[in-house]
Amino acid sequence: MSGLDEALSLLRATLGEDVRAVTEFRGETTVEIAPGRIVAACHALRDAPALRFTRLAAQTAVDYWPEEPRFAVIYQLHSLEKGLSLRLFLRLGGDAPAVASVVEVYLNANWHEREIFDMFGIRFESHPDLRRLLMPADWQGHPLRKDYPLGYEEVQFTFNFNEIDRKKPYAKE
Amino acid sequence: MPRNEAGRPLPVVPPDRPMTERDLTLEPAPFDDPRLAEYRHLVSERALSGDTVILNMGPQHPSTHGVLRLILELDGERVITCIPDIGFLHTGIEKNMEAKSYIKALVMTDRLDYMNNTGNNLAYALAVEKLVGLDVPPRAQAIRVILAELQRISSHLVWLGTHALDLAAMSLFLYCFREREIILDILEMVSGQRMMTSYIRPGGLWRDVPPEFEPAVREFLKLFPRRVSQYERLLTRNPIFLDRTRGIGVITGEAALRAGLTGGSLRGSGVNYDVRKAMPYSGYEQYEFEVPLGSKGDVYDRYRVRMAEFPQSLRIIRQALDRLPRGPVQSANRKFVPPPRSELGQSMEALIHHFKLWTEGFDAPRGAVYSAVESPRGELGVYLEGNGGPKAQRVYWRTPSFMNISALPMLAKGHLVADLVGIIGSLDIVLGDVDR
Repeated sequence: MSGLDEALSLLRATLGEDVRAVTEFRGETTVEIAPGRIVAACHALRDAPALRFTRLAAQTAVDYWPEEPRFAVIYQLHSLEKGLSLRLFLRLGGDAPAVASVVEVYLNANWHEREIFDMFGIRFESHPDLRRLLMPADWQGHPLRKDYPLGYEEVQFTFNFNEIDRKKPYAKE
Repeated sequence: MPRNEAGRPLPVVPPDRPMTERDLTLEPAPFDDPRLAEYRHLVSERALSGDTVILNMGPQHPSTHGVLRLILELDGERVITCIPDIGFLHTGIEKNMEAKSYIKALVMTDRLDYMNNTGNNLAYALAVEKLVGLDVPPRAQAIRVILAELQRISSHLVWLGTHALDLAAMSLFLYCFREREIILDILEMVSGQRMMTSYIRPGGLWRDVPPEFEPAVREFLKLFPRRVSQYERLLTRNPIFLDRTRGIGVITGEAALRAGLTGGSLRGSGVNYDVRKAMPYSGYEQYEFEVPLGSKGDVYDRYRVRMAEFPQSLRIIRQALDRLPRGPVQSANRKFVPPPRSELGQSMEALIHHFKLWTEGFDAPRGAVYSAVESPRGELGVYLEGNGGPKAQRVYWRTPSFMNISALPMLAKGHLVADLVGIIGSLDIVLGDVDR
């Protein structure tokens, strides 16, 4: 049994029905799990002596707006000793998205989760220090959401010059 | 004066009465600065009573290697708490890349980690190639390796120069930048740009290297080992440098792994993790090289590890140059790689492909890939998710500097402010890489 099969059967044994789907794409294995079980899944994978997924290589989120459930949170796990990579993800609805923090399992999730909170507005419950990371503390909105506009300057032509000029944000005198 | 200063050095006394003892004393101010309210839960109890000092360092501080702001709680000169505040260089590169077609988004990658431009190009190109299933000819792979290693040397040179400068060794900085110029000249020769190269593209390279490339790299290979030993003579056994680096910023291998450190910062603690060995890409498995390791995990060991990486990079470049295969440098798959200019005048099909690829771009399938490379700073990973269209659903950069700087509070605890400067230097951060 290869290492990844072992990881999948461990996940199935720990979570049961909460392992929702397993997909294979370009040689990478991705497992969808129920949102409530992420900490249990990470614990199991990290502590299994035959697997030792000790590194959280990356953690991020994806916004599928206007699809529902809107968000996905992605956990890229890496086992240094066995040379295995496994990706977990879970889907969250667009209304006040929240999921348990994995900082107690992976220490470096601290900043990853702060960044996701900052950029997507997903709350991580029991996170020790959930503040904005990249944007200023008083910033409104979450820039990496798909309904957040990418800022650009509209091109002014003669027919719409005044119209655009009126709503342009000039500095106050 | 600090908030716990008990006296008032210049008391304001009305002219009609003499100065008394009371005018010279002042109650210590409580911790009530509204600008620091955000950090209140991170500092110790002693800061609240005014027993320790809160000091702001940066973002315009020369030793923070860019625009890093640190909020320090100090007991005298000793760091009790260190709170990094980042985001001053946040330019929304991920958001911008999601709004562009896969080929056009490539130019943004140069601007992430501005010391490792070809390495960023490579990481992104590998991710796109994995997502759409694109082949890369062997010649392009070998040139990619040569350029990535040259870029590693040039990035390490900037690290070495600035790190030594932080610890008050001025001359080394100038020597390092002298040698870096040679590498930047080589990059300009192949791509037309010193830094923002955009040379490595999905499917191969922009174009083949000019004939002068090989002699220029060979010249550098001949010259550089001597220069490395000159740097070593200046620092490695320098008593001032040893005093400033040994036993400073110690982190064990286990703690470094938990904190998410990668690259030289992790290997300085003796953990053997190098993406080039663990998950080889671009044919790194064909080349013989060693991964230098430290043992104590202090600033000095991280320095030794990076210094030992210079000869290893030279070794890889020499091997790649010796067996540089001939042939095309771009995939022949015209659905993803634009045809060469010369074909446009003769082939209608080439013209159609050129037009389609540069306007709409190519479609990538639904699905996600994560691909990592070893940047000079550590694991540089790209999470790329396609949605069936010509633009990515999500481009995420797992940048090594971002994770390395998040470990700074752990490393800085208990050290002097002057040593904090050395610790930041030893993590080798680039703020463009931290903030994206």
